[in-house]
Formats: sequence, structure tokens, C-alpha cells
Amino acid sequence: MIQIKNVSKVYRNDTVETKALDDVAFEIKKGEFVAIMGPSGSGKSTLMHILGALDTPTSGTYILDGEEVGKLSDDKLAEIRNKKIGFVFQAFNLLPRTTAMKNVMLPMVYGDVAKSEREARAKKYLEMVGLGDRMQHTSSQLSGGQMQRVAIARSLVMDPAIILADEPTGNIASNQASEIMAIFQDLNEQGHTIIMITHEPDIAEHAKRIIHIKDGKIVKDSDKHSQRRAK
Amino acid sequence: MEFGEILSEALTALTINKMRTGLATLGIIIGIGAVIALISLGQSGQKAVESQIQSLGSNLLTVIPGSPNSGGIRQAAGGLTTLTYDDAKAITTSATVTDVANVSAELSRRAQVTSGKNNTNTQIIGVTPSYLTVHNLSMQSGSFIIQRDVDSLGKVVVIGPQVVSDLFGDGSNPIGQTIRVNKLALKVIGVTASKGGSGFMNQDDMVFVPLTTAQKQLFGVDYLSAISIQAKSDKVMTDAQDQVGYLLLSRHKIGNPAQADFSILSQQDIMGAASSITGTFTALLSGIAAISLVVGGIGIMNIMLVTVVERTREIGLRKALGAKKKSVIQQFLVESIILTMLGGVLGMVLGMVLSVAVSKIINLPFVISFQAIALAIGVSGGIGILFGWYPARKASNLSPIEALRYE
Ligand SMILES: Nc1ncnc2c1ncn2[C@@H]1O[C@H](COP(=O)(O)OP(=O)(O)O)[C@@H](O)[C@H]1O
Ligand SMILES: [Mg+2]
Repeated sequence: MIQIKNVSKVYRNDTVETKALDDVAFEIKKGEFVAIMGPSGSGKSTLMHILGALDTPTSGTYILDGEEVGKLSDDKLAEIRNKKIGFVFQAFNLLPRTTAMKNVMLPMVYGDVAKSEREARAKKYLEMVGLGDRMQHTSSQLSGGQMQRVAIARSLVMDPAIILADEPTGNIASNQASEIMAIFQDLNEQGHTIIMITHEPDIAEHAKRIIHIKDGKIVKDSDKHSQRRAK
Repeated sequence: MEFGEILSEALTALTINKMRTGLATLGIIIGIGAVIALISLGQSGQKAVESQIQSLGSNLLTVIPGSPNSGGIRQAAGGLTTLTYDDAKAITTSATVTDVANVSAELSRRAQVTSGKNNTNTQIIGVTPSYLTVHNLSMQSGSFIIQRDVDSLGKVVVIGPQVVSDLFGDGSNPIGQTIRVNKLALKVIGVTASKGGSGFMNQDDMVFVPLTTAQKQLFGVDYLSAISIQAKSDKVMTDAQDQVGYLLLSRHKIGNPAQADFSILSQQDIMGAASSITGTFTALLSGIAAISLVVGGIGIMNIMLVTVVERTREIGLRKALGAKKKSVIQQFLVESIILTMLGGVLGMVLGMVLSVAVSKIINLPFVISFQAIALAIGVSGGIGILFGWYPARKASNLSPIEALRYE
């Protein structure tokens, strides 16, 4: 479903050139749970932006469901982000002063989901992440773990095939981190493909496969480890 | 995204920062308010001028001294001496002048009028009896000047209601009393009915004396300041104008009409001149007001640009979640249109209140101008689009990652 072939990404500022990704290649099949690990500055977020159709590679190709993403228009990319990919960000990125309910409904606003259906769907996913009693709370009234669960509910409402999470536990307490991992493992069992970026080895162990990158290159790609269960 | 949703999102965004929303609209409120106020005041001024000119008489032609080629109206004020009472009499009696109903010979000057301790400075008009019909005037009490008064240099006077209240403020009956014009004692024989005029050519504030009395005893001249002519109907205005013109040319022994020492103005001419003056003023003032509108529009653009920068993360997030360029443009454009329309509506109210107040104060008829209302709504909406477009585009072109990274 995901094919990355010889992908490089170069950032050019006025004077400096940074090669954030250097000739990366891998495939991810439907139903995998992949962790991408590496030290800070190794190119993990850059890779996730490309996987998430938020950015396009400088060279190489990214094929998602048989379509070459680098060749698509901005609006087509927006549609892919809306329908095929659910994002979970390190900084949650919820709309401020807006209820959990409204936040979760946001992707449906852009996804042509009938208005009558939106509330019911948002409710279903908020209940699924255990926030059935916090639906009318705004972000400032929620804890870090709760905000991240709102973000997960939001990433799910369009029923995307792929969930992309960039350091999803980076900004929350460790006891709440394992709740988040439990949700991801459940989702993976339901058939969602999950790609999670982290620099913490014990978080990465919740995945089935771990890709290590360093200085923009893949240094190790292993699926021969025992997956740690979150619950 | 449905329109209702875009609207409610925009309203939510605007209510979050009420202070800024208020300040942004202020520029538009002032701009639209000024435009509306000036347009409706201009129009009511124009209407006032028109109705005053109309009230001077119907089917009216005015002969004034001075060449039409050198700006008759201006020269007339200078007091040229080419028109005489004999000219007026000739127009009445001439066999070639067939389309004229009434002729009024007039000499007007300003002078001091006193009665006991009271005095006023007003327009003195030496008239013949036909003045009343030609100028649509009627009597409130007493009688008007008759031909015998004119023939015999009668020491009589007819005064307008404004003069009555200036001189006989205590309510005593002016008829039979004596007033002095330039120290000449005259007996009041009548009061004209009010025409409710104001401003220039106010027929309520006039003093009428026999033409000959005015010429020989008050001002010591033998010419006229104007001959007012009432044509038989509005259809023969041009014929009457031509007939009078040829008669006067031959009486003044002038062969070339271009060298005429008089001008004949029809009411349309006067109205046209007056409304082109008021029109120019209105346009000029509205132009100035329009500049403030543009400034208001730039204010909106400024605020919207700040909003876009402030909401960079939000825009990035929306794009990451699937918002297309069009949705982002719509969102910001609708916000700026709401801002300007709000300003437009409030500005319209302000402009109306202003013009009602001002027209009350300077005693003009109030005109609600639907053009002005349409203009306010159209222009403010247009400004919203014009000045909202650039910030909206800027927002829609933000790259989602750059936007998400933005702190
Ligand atoms: N927009 C950018 N402009 C310039 N350099 C960038 C940009 N984004 C990332 N980089 C650089 O690319 C490298 C990889 O960054 P990133 O993918 O964020 O790493 P990670 O997420 O693994 O910490 C870093 O050296 C970073 O400084
Ligand atoms: Mg990162």
C-alpha cells in the first residue's frame, strides 16, 4: 500500500542545504504497525510529512495505493489527507477554545460527510477513546493524555486506512502514554495501518516492526521482535 | 462545506476578538456613514433648490441685463442698466409677442427697513401688480400693489410674513401701520401668504413697493433688475422666449443676437445651473468620503493579514485535515465580508442619523436615498472582497507543514 523508492528530501535555506532524507526506500503493507525510530534531527518528521502527503520529496517516488503522490495537485493531496490518512501530532494541534466534539467533527466538515451524521460519528469515536463524558470540554479543560485521545478520535472519524502519529506520547505523562498505545494496538487489530514516530525505545516496542533511521538514512529495519502489549 | 457553516464559523472567529472586530469595522462605519450622509444631504439640498426655483412661478422666463455669452447670472448681480420699464410694457403690448401671459417688471435691492424700534435688512422689490400672478404669490391679508400705486409713485408697501414677524413681533396688525424703507415712510397695505421658503430667494422675507417708487424715490435709478415673464403654457416656453428676445433686440437696436445686452433664462436653465452646482458639490464631498472608505478597506486588510498570521497554525491544521484552498479562501473572505457589511449597515444607520440631524438643523427636506443604501451595501461588500482577497489567498497558500511548525 505504501512504497517509498529512493526518496530524498533536501531543505535549502539561503546558504545552507540540509539533506533531511537521503535515498530512503521501504514498503509498508496494509495492517502493519510500524515504529520509526531515530535520534532527534534524523529526519523522522520529514519522513512522516512525506508519508502524510503534507509534503513532497525532492527526488524519488512515493506511491500510495498505486498513485504517485508527488505528481498530485494541492487539492488532490488535501483529499488524500482527508480520506486516507489520520494524523496524530506530538503537539495535539486541537483548535483552541473549541469543544472536543467540534474538534473531532472538523475533518468531516472538509470530507463532505452529511451534517446529520457528523455528531453521531464524533460521539462514537470519542466514546471509543474513553472521552464520552468530556465531549463538551474545550482543550484547555483537558489533560495532555485526554487532548491526545481527542486527536486520535479526530484522526479516526474519516475511517482512514492509515494512521500517522508523530511522537504521540512526546508531550504526555508516561502512565497516559500506555493508554494511547493500547488504543493504537486495538486499532491495528481492527485493520488500520499504523505508522508511529518515536525516539523512545519502550514506546517503539509496542509496534510490530521498527525502522531505525539516522542522518536521513535507514540503518535498521526489523520485524523480528516481540511486540509489547499495552494492556 | 455549506454556506451556513462557513458563516457560523466566521461569526465565531469574529466574536473571539470583539475589540479587534469593532476597530476593524470602525473605518468602514465612518467611511460609509460619511458617504451616505453626504449623498443624502446633497440630494436633499438639490431638492430644496429645485422646489424653491419651482415656487418662484410656473412657466417662468426671466430676462436679466447682461450678455448671455459673458455669464448673465454673474453680471446681473453687478447691476447692468439695459432693461427698462418701457421694455416690460412693450412686451405686454407688442403684437409679435403672442405666447406671453403676464409680464412683471422688477427692481430689487437690499435695504434697511424699520418700524419703530425694530429693523431688518431685507430684499426690497419694486413691482407691478402682475408680480403676484407671475410668481405664484397670494395674499394673507390686505391687498397687493395696484396699477394706480405704480402710476402715482404711491407710498405703500406690501410685506412678507417673515418681515411681519421681524418688525411686528408683538403680534400687532401691520396693516395700516407705517414702516420706513431707506427713511422713506410707507404705509403697509398687505401681507403676502407664506411660501415656507428658506435660504436664497426666500419669498417670505421680502418687501414689495410700487416699481416707480422704488426706482425714483428709494434707489434713484431708471432701470430694472429683471423682467419676469409667464408664458401661456409650458409648451410655448421656447416660442415666448424667441418672441421676447427679438422684440428686445430690435428695441435695443442690436442686429447680432450674440451681442445681446440681456439674457433670457428659463426655469430649466436656472434649475440646471443650480443642480449642476449642488451636484458638483455632492460629487466632490462624496469623493472625499470615498477616500475614507478606501482607508477603511485598507484597515480591514490589515486586520485580516494579522489574523492570518495569528491563525497560521490553525490554517495549517485545517489543511492537514483536508481543507482545500477554496475552503480556506472562503473562510477568510466571508470573515472580511462580514466585517465590512457589518460596518456598512452600521455606517448606513450613522449616515442616516447624521443626515436627518443636519437637515433638521439647516431646515432641508430629508431624502432617504435608496441608491445610497444600495451603494453602502454593495460598496462595503465589494470592499470586503477586494481587501479580503489578498489575506485569504495568502492563508490558502500556506504550506500545511510550515503552518504547523509555526510558533
Ligand atoms: N523546513 C525546514 N527547513 C530547513 N531544515 C529543516 C526543515 N525541517 C527540518 N529540517 C532539518 O532537517 C533535519 C531533519 O529534521 P526532522 O525531520 O524534523 O527530524 P526529527 O523529526 O527526526 O527530529 C534536521 O536537521 C532539521 O533541522
Ligand atoms: Mg520530529
